[in-house]
Amino acid sequence: MSLMNDNVNRRGLDTFDWCFLGVIMAIISVGILSIYSVTNPQTTTGFPIYLKQATWMVVGSLAFLVAVGIDYHKLARLSYLLYGIGLILLIIVLIAGKTSRGSQRWIPLGPFAVQPSEFIKIPLLLMLAAYYGATTREGWVRRLIIPGLIVLPGFLLILKQPDLGSSLGFLAIFLVVILTVGMKSKAFGFVILAALMLFPFAWGGVWGSLHEYQQDRILSFVDPNSDPGGKGYHGLQSRIAIGSGQLLGKGLYGGTQTQFKFLPEGHTDFVFAVFAEEWGFLGSMVLLSLYILLFLMGLEIALKAKDIVGTLLAVGVVTMIAFGVVVNIAMTSGLAPVVGIPLPLMSYGGSAMVVNLTALGLLLNVKRRRLSLL
Amino acid sequence: MLDTSRQANELADIQNRLIFVKIGFLMLLVLLGLRLWQLQVRDGLHYQELARDNRTRSIVLEPARGLLYDRNGELLANNIPSFQLYVSLEDIQDREALLAQLPHYVDIDQQEVSSKLSIKSRRGRVKIKADISLKEAALIESHRLELPGVVIQPEYQRHYPLNNYASHVLGYVGEISESQLKDPEFSHLQGGRIIGQNGVERTFDEYLLGETGEEVIEVDALGYPKRSLSVRRPLAGDDLYLTLDIRLQRLAEDLLGQEAGAIVALDPWNGDVLALASKPGFNPNDVSGGISTKDWQQFLKDTRHPLTNRAIQGQYPPGSVFKIIMAATLLETQTLSAQEMIPCHGTFPFGRRVFRDWKAGGHGQVDLNKAIAESCDVYFYKAGNQLGIDPIATYARQFGLGEKTGIALPSERSGLVPSTEWKKRVKREPWYPGETISISIGQGFLTVTPIQMAKVASIVATNGRVVQPRLLKASRLRQTGTLKENPEPPIRQLAISPQTFAHIKEGLTAVVTKGTAKLAQSKFVSIAGKTGTAQVVALKPDGDKEKNKEPQKEFRDHAWFVAFAPVEDPKIAVAVLVEHMGHGGSASAPLAKTLIEAYMGFETTQEPSS
Repeated sequence: MSLMNDNVNRRGLDTFDWCFLGVIMAIISVGILSIYSVTNPQTTTGFPIYLKQATWMVVGSLAFLVAVGIDYHKLARLSYLLYGIGLILLIIVLIAGKTSRGSQRWIPLGPFAVQPSEFIKIPLLLMLAAYYGATTREGWVRRLIIPGLIVLPGFLLILKQPDLGSSLGFLAIFLVVILTVGMKSKAFGFVILAALMLFPFAWGGVWGSLHEYQQDRILSFVDPNSDPGGKGYHGLQSRIAIGSGQLLGKGLYGGTQTQFKFLPEGHTDFVFAVFAEEWGFLGSMVLLSLYILLFLMGLEIALKAKDIVGTLLAVGVVTMIAFGVVVNIAMTSGLAPVVGIPLPLMSYGGSAMVVNLTALGLLLNVKRRRLSLL
Repeated sequence: MLDTSRQANELADIQNRLIFVKIGFLMLLVLLGLRLWQLQVRDGLHYQELARDNRTRSIVLEPARGLLYDRNGELLANNIPSFQLYVSLEDIQDREALLAQLPHYVDIDQQEVSSKLSIKSRRGRVKIKADISLKEAALIESHRLELPGVVIQPEYQRHYPLNNYASHVLGYVGEISESQLKDPEFSHLQGGRIIGQNGVERTFDEYLLGETGEEVIEVDALGYPKRSLSVRRPLAGDDLYLTLDIRLQRLAEDLLGQEAGAIVALDPWNGDVLALASKPGFNPNDVSGGISTKDWQQFLKDTRHPLTNRAIQGQYPPGSVFKIIMAATLLETQTLSAQEMIPCHGTFPFGRRVFRDWKAGGHGQVDLNKAIAESCDVYFYKAGNQLGIDPIATYARQFGLGEKTGIALPSERSGLVPSTEWKKRVKREPWYPGETISISIGQGFLTVTPIQMAKVASIVATNGRVVQPRLLKASRLRQTGTLKENPEPPIRQLAISPQTFAHIKEGLTAVVTKGTAKLAQSKFVSIAGKTGTAQVVALKPDGDKEKNKEPQKEFRDHAWFVAFAPVEDPKIAVAVLVEHMGHGGSASAPLAKTLIEAYMGFETTQEPSS
C-alpha cells in the first residue's frame, strides 16, 4: 500500500509540513497587513488592531501545537463531551451573551469575548469523525437521522443568535462529511426529497428568525445598484473596491475605498476587498492559489489518512475553511448575499483565528499519525 | 473492534469519494477566480471610475458678483462674507433623520428642506439656507458627526448698504428657480446659482454674474474633505456704474415719505435716469437669498404692493398733464392758433351730457397760454372735440405714450393710448365722440406711467429730442480693470416745429409763475411744468351734499406734476406722481421744486411733505 511506502519521520518536519505551515503563515500575514492598512492611521486609542490580530495568531499557534500534539483518536473520544460543553456555552450565550448589532454571539471573558459558535466547530469535526469511524453505520437511520439529531441543536442554537453564516457553515460541514461517508442511493434520495419538502417550512423559519438587517442584505443582493445609499451599500462598495483594484492593484495604503472608509467592515468580513483593491487581480490570484494549495494539502492528508476518523476529520477541517473562503469571497465580490462570514485566517477575530488554527493543527495531527499504529 | 478488512474497504470507499470533494471545491474556487477576473480585469475601468466618483466631489465656487455704484461712484450693492448651509446629496446617509434633525440647529422649516432636497434636476450640493447666523453655523459644526452630508460654506452674500433706497432700481438677487432653469435664457446656468431676480440685478445679470470656478476635492465616506485635487478660480463679474445720482434718489424717496407714488428724474439731453423712486419700497437685503417662502408670500400679498415699481409699472390716467400733448396736436394740425380765444363758462354741453370745468365759474376768454397755465378744461374739451381721437392718439404716440420707454428694468408697462382702431379691435365697439372729450383732459381709457411722463417733459425741454432713458453709465471690466463708458443712446428728433415747443414752454412756465403750480415757483431756478389730477373712479361717491367733504383716501385722485428746469437751458426733467393726494399743484409740485433745486445745487430749507 502506498501508506507503507511513505517514509516519514514522526518527530521532525518534512517538506510537506513546512509547505503547510508556510502557506498558513503567508495567509495570516497577508491578513494582518490588510488589517494594518485599513486601520492606518489608527483612529482609536489603545492597542492597534493589527497587533491584536498578531497576538491572536500567537495564541492560535499555541492551540495549533496542542492540536498537533495530542493523538486525534483521544480527542475524538472526548468529542461528545466537548460538543456537550459547546451546546451549554451556546445556551449561555443566548441567555447572557453580549449583544452586538442585534446578535448575541459573545461571552465576555475578562478583557476578551469568546464566540462559542466558532469554538463548537472543533467538537463538531471530531464528533462526526468519531461517529462514522467507530462502527460501520448501516441504514439511513444510523447514517443520517441519528447524527442529524445530534448536529441539529447546535445548528439551531447558532441560528437563533442569529448567526446565519456560522449556522450555514455548521450545516456545510455536516453535509460534506455525509457525502464523503456515502449514502445508499435510496437513503440519499430520501434525504433530497425530505429536504425539498421541508424547504418551504425551513425557509419560513430561517427567514423569520433573521434580523431585519440580514433580510435586507439578502434582499439587496438581488440588485444593489438600485439603492446605492441603502441596503445594498456594503455589497456595492465592496465590489467597487475589488473591481477598482484592476489588474495590479492600487498598492499598500493606496486603496481609496478603504482609506476613505467607503468600504465598511474592512478589517473583518470585507478584508478580502481591502486586499483585492490594494493588490489587484494578480494579488487576488496569488491569495486564491494559497488557499487552493492549503485545501489540496488538506485533501491529500485526508486521502492518505490511515483510518476513517482521520479522513473524515481532515475532510471536515478542509470543508470548514473552504466554506468560509468560498462564501466570503462570493459575498464580497457580489456572487452571494452579505451573510456575515469572515474570511478564514484573514479577517480580524480572535475566536475564529484560534479555532481555524486548532483545526489546521488537527489536520497536521492526522498527517503525522498516519504511520503510527493504533 | 470490527472486522478490519471491512473497515479498510470502507476507508478506501471514502477516500475514493474525496475526488468529488476536491473537484467540487476546485470548481467553486475557479468560479471565484473568474468572478474576480470579471470585476478586476474586464470591468476594472468601470469600477475605477465608480471609486473615483465615490471619493471626489466637485464644488462650484461662486464668483464675486459685480458691484453697483451710482454715477458718482457711491456704492449701491456689494458682497459680504456669510455662511451658507449646503447639503451634499451624495453624502446623505439617512434623509429622514437629516430632515428631522436640521430644524433643531437651524431656523428652517422641515418641509422647505424636504422640497429643496427632492427637486430632481439637482445634483451635487443643494443650498438649504443662505446667510445662517454664526450661532447656527457653530451648532451645525459641533454636530457634524450626526449630520453627514451637511456642509457649511463661507460665501459672498449680496448686500445693499442703502437698504430701502433705490430698491426698485437695484432689484434683488435670489437662487435660480426651477422654472428659470427650464427657460432657454438660463440654459447656461446650473441649479443653485444666485442670479439677479429684479431691477438692474436682473437686466444686467450677464455682466454682474461672473463665471463660476470649480474645486474638486477628495472626501471620505462621511463626506469630509481630505484634500483639494484641483481648483479653477471663479471670475468676478463686472462692476457697473449706474446713471442714478443717489443723492437725488434719496431725496426723491424721502420727499414721497410714507405716501405711495413715484418720482422720475431724467437728464433730458442723454436720457440718463438721475432718480427713479417708487414708494412704498422694500429692503432688498431681506429678499436676497434669505427670505423664506412664507415671508415671500406675505410680501406678495401686501395690499400696498411694495414690490411694484410704480415708476415704470404704475399705469395712471395722465389727467391735465396730457394737455401738453393736446397743445402740440392742436398747433401742429393747425386746428387752433396759440392766440385764438375760446370762451369758458365752466361747462361744455355735449349731446345729453355736460362736461364740467374744474373751476365752477369758468376761466372767461382763454387762449392757449392761459388754457395751459390755468388748466382750463373747457378749452381742451372744445379742442379735442374738433380734433377727434385719432390725431390725438398719433401725437401721443410720437411723445412715446402707449409704448414702453425701453428702460433697462424688467416688467415695464406700456400704458394705453386709445384710438378708433384700438376700440374696434379690443372692445369691438365704435369710438364714441364723447369719449374724445374725456381723453382731451387725460381721462378715460388713456393711461401712462411716470417714466413716460418724465420722457414727455424731456422732449418738451429739448424741443423734440427723443431719447431712451438709460440706467447704465459705465462698466469696469474685472478682467482688464478698464472703465468702459456705455455709449449714449441714439437720439430721434420729432417732426414738431420749434414754434410749437416755444408756445408750450411759455404755457408751462406760466403754470408755475401764475397758474396751477405756483407752489413750484423757485427763487433760484426757473421751472416749467404741468399739474394733473388723475381720477381714481369715474363716479365719485358724491351727491352734492358731500361736495365740500373730503372723500375717503382710496377714492381721492392721484396728483401729477411734470416739469423741467431751468426753462432757458434745461438740465433736468421730472415727473412726480403721488397716489390719492388730490391736486397736482398742491401735492406734487412742491416735491418737484425741491428736487430740482437740489439737483441745481440750491439747498432748500423746505421740509418734505408728509
